[in-house]
Order: sequence, then structure tokens, then C-alpha cells
Amino acid sequence: MGPGVQIGGPPGGVRGEIVALKSLDLEVHDGEFFGLLGPNGAGKTTTIGILTTRVKPTSGSALVGGADVANDPVRVRQRIGVVPQRPNPDRSLNVLENLIFHAAYFGIPASVSMPKANALLEQLAISDKAQSKVDEMSGGQQQRLMIARALIHEPQVIFLDEPTVGLDPQTRLSLWEILRQLHAEGRTIVMTTHYMEEADKLCDRIAIVDRGELLELDTPEALKRRAPGGTLVEISLSGAASDVVERVRGVEGVLGAEAQGATLRVYSDRGGRVISPVIASVEDGGVTVTNISLTEPSLETLFVSRTGRKLD
Amino acid sequence: MSATTIPTAAVRATPQTHAVNETAVFFALLRRDVRVARKELPFFLVRTTMQPLLFLVVFGYLLPKMSFLGKGYQTALLPGILAVSLSLSAIQSVALPMVQDFGWTKEIEDRLLAPVPTRLVAAEKIIAGSLQGVIAAAFVLPIARLVMGPIPALTLSHASEVLLIVLLGSTAFSSLGMWLGTAIAPQQIGLMFSVIIAPMLFFGCAYYPWRGLDVVPVMKYIVLVNPMVYVSEGMRGALTPSVPHMPLLAVVSALIVVATVFWVLGVRSFYKRAIG
Repeated sequence: MGPGVQIGGPPGGVRGEIVALKSLDLEVHDGEFFGLLGPNGAGKTTTIGILTTRVKPTSGSALVGGADVANDPVRVRQRIGVVPQRPNPDRSLNVLENLIFHAAYFGIPASVSMPKANALLEQLAISDKAQSKVDEMSGGQQQRLMIARALIHEPQVIFLDEPTVGLDPQTRLSLWEILRQLHAEGRTIVMTTHYMEEADKLCDRIAIVDRGELLELDTPEALKRRAPGGTLVEISLSGAASDVVERVRGVEGVLGAEAQGATLRVYSDRGGRVISPVIASVEDGGVTVTNISLTEPSLETLFVSRTGRKLD
Repeated sequence: MSATTIPTAAVRATPQTHAVNETAVFFALLRRDVRVARKELPFFLVRTTMQPLLFLVVFGYLLPKMSFLGKGYQTALLPGILAVSLSLSAIQSVALPMVQDFGWTKEIEDRLLAPVPTRLVAAEKIIAGSLQGVIAAAFVLPIARLVMGPIPALTLSHASEVLLIVLLGSTAFSSLGMWLGTAIAPQQIGLMFSVIIAPMLFFGCAYYPWRGLDVVPVMKYIVLVNPMVYVSEGMRGALTPSVPHMPLLAVVSALIVVATVFWVLGVRSFYKRAIG
């Protein structure tokens, strides 16, 4: 089978004055759980919009299941299931009708979709709501209905746009479980998220994107290995960090240090033990420390080192 | 940067799921709208009937009874009331859901993901809207007859002409509803009623026959830009042929042009909203 998703060239989605995507060149394999990780405004939703034929790319090309999103959107839509950022069920229909009608929009008769809909509701633990109004469901249940809807027509690729935003931790965990199951069933999944942990725990490969550009693309393990060595110690200062960054680089245990405004980022191979000598060095330089935070090597530290910003 | 070349093998290896039958999808979309409309039928009928009913009671019953208006006025009023009912409900049944769906609920997204051309989804909405216009007309006619009492000039012997005008008028106005509902910002929807719909109703020759405007010749020609005029005059010609009215051929031609123009504008505007 061909790759689940291919993006070639720069599909530049221009919205308003903001160029959402500059260039993104990647390929998702069949059966892969692929994550697009980046902060809000990184161009993730535009990417999903282009791949699901809801946003026209201004240039470049994108193929989903071998079909071109710009030239053959109908064939693309036939192959994809989409779970939106905010549940948008058809509120005029009940839960089961939402699935049956969605299947009908794909030319699937009720005789075929009915057993499948019931099985999906069962699998997603909302079968007791089959005849309920959508509004009677909780946010997490509505999100699960969206997943059922995205699966009812047996798509080749499932797109999830920030599926766990606004869900409580417990609901998020149960949704992760569902996504793991779908992945285990061999489905190709493309998910956007700005939760590092979510991408780390679920995805086979992660593309880190920021401001419409691809920064890194690899497995979570390889990405974490690529994170700058050691613990990230982020120190807020009363003055400019550039004044003291040179001094700090000389402190034992410090692998590297960067200055950004009043923020000093220090990478340590001794965990938190560098904190007191670093503070001493900073204060010798005539600046006071106002806040300190520690982050273990992770996708987050990789992201910070590449962009100078935090994920959320 | 150039687009990546996709290996032909990868494309060929893709499973060729057979194309979805567009007609089947169209009827699935229509079935959904009929199901929803049926659930909301009582509200739909109240919404459709209230305004014409009030007009009928005051202008078709009270004023003639007080002798402020001649008996003949009822004959002129009845086709106009039908025209207003069908046009209003056709516009509203498309424009309001569109404003909601694209404005905030985003509920239409599940239909925009259907593997059919996006324009087909728009076409279905327009047709569902025109059906509601037809139902409105069919519902208001007997009520009008009941409130006004016997109207000597009224005849149903030209039923096919009545049906033609009703279908063309409903399609023209649900297409207009599609255009307005997708082109106007949600915050301005109130403005749509006072700036577009209200003048259309009052200068649409619904409450007076077009020939009556002979007394103000300028007006007689200005109102011709108003599509409502053709629905009112068409209903007049088909339901009360003995009353002076525009020639049916002119009415039908004008409605075909109007419906085509609004259809094209409406579908295009829907597409623009659907595909960013």
C-alpha cells in the first residue's frame, strides 16, 4: 500500500496576513501513528486543513493515500476520517443517527452501517447513549462520538486535530487508550498536539513544527536523544542575561548557556546541582535571580533549544 | 522549493476504492434535512404562518369588513400572501442554518467531508430550502381561503401553472437565502431582514398588483429589479387569472433568470465559506 500521507513542497496556506505554513516536507507511512507537535499558531491546524481538503494550498502538493488534495479532493475525502479540535456533531440528530447519516454521506447503506455503528459505540463505551441527544453527552463522550464518526466509513487515514484539548486528565487518558487501540488495529493516524507528553507517549514519529516550518522529524526516542545534553535550568533574572552568560559558561557542570532577554538557559550534566554555583556566578555579575525552573531532557528541552520558546 | 515527486508505484499500489454514487449521497443529504425538518415541523409551520395570518386577519378580513378596503382587495391580496409565505420560508430555511453552521456550530463540517463535490452539498441545501417554500405555500393557501371567505376570482384550474411558479419562486428564494446566509457576517443577520427582506416584501407587489403601480410609473419600473414581484404576479396570473397581472411568460422567464443568477451566486459563496 502507498504511504498514508505525503506532503511535498510548500503547501502555503495563507490566512489573513499570517503565512501559516512556509514549508513542510514530510511523508507518513501506512499504519504509522504520526504526530505534528508545535505550539499554538505553528501551522498545525492549517496543515490538517490542507490534508483534509478544507483549506486550499496556495502552492506545493500534498497527497493523501495517493490522491492529490488540491486536484482530487473527492478521492481524498473518501480515504480520510477527521476528528476536529472542537466536537461538531450534528445536534439535530441523535447519537446513532449521527453515525448512520455520516456513513450515508459516504454512500454506505444503513443495513451495512448500523451494525458497525453499534459496534463502534460499544468499543468507545458510549453505547448507552445511542438514542440520546448529542447535547446530553459530556465533552469527552462527544469527542468519542467524533472518533466513531471518523471511523464509520473505514477510512485509510484518520486525522485528529488536538483531540484532547479541554478534556480533564482522566478523560484524556481514556482517549489515549482508544487511540492506542486504533493504532494497534493497524490504522494510519495523523495527530496534531501541543502536549509534548501526548506526542511522546502515542506517536511512532513526531514532526516538530513552529511558525509553519519543520524543525525536527524523528521517533520520540531519537528526538529526546537529540535534546541538548542534560537538564535545562531556566533562570529568570532582574537584568539582561547577556551580561552574565559568559561567566556562567565557565561554571563546572554547565554544558552550555544561552541568553534571551532576562532569561538565562543553562544546560547541566549534573542536574540541579549546578544551581548554587550558577546563582553565585550570576550574582557576582551584578544581577539577581528571580526564578528558577528545571526540566529534564525531553521533547520540551529540544523544542526550547530550537525555538527559544516553550511549547504552550 | 519544488514539489516532491511521488513514486508511481506508491500511487498505483493505493487501493482503488470505487467512486461514491453522487445521487445516493445527494439523497442521503436530503433525507437528513427532511428528518430534521419533520422534527421541527410545528415550529416551521408557526414561523411560516404567523406573519401571513396576521396580514390576512387585518387586511383580508378586518379592513374589508370595516369598509376601509373594497372587496376586490382580497382577490389582489391572496396570491401576494402566498408569494410572501413561500419566499420568506425558502430564504429563512437556508440562510439561518448557514449563518449558524458557518458562524459557530460548524455542524455542516460532517457533510463537507462527504466524498462528493462541495457544490453538491450546496445544491442539496438549496433544494431542501425550496421544498420548505413549497410546503409553506401549500399550507397557507387553505388558511387564507378560510380567513377571507369565498373569493370569486380564485380558481385552481391552472394548477400546473401554480406549481411552476411555486417551484421557480421557491428555488429563486432559497438560492438567495444560500447567498445571503453565506455572504453576510453573522452579526449582520438582523440587518439582512430590515435592509433586504423588508423592502423586498413591501415593494414586491404582494400587497397590491403590479398594474396598480400605473399610478406611479417610476415605481412601476423600479420594482422590476425585485424578484418578489415576479412571484407575486405569477401567483396572481395562475390563481386569479381574471385580475390584471403580468404576462405569465414574462414572469416565468424572469424567475428562471433570477433563480439561475442566485443559484450561481449562492453555490459560489457557499464554496468560498466551505473551502478556506
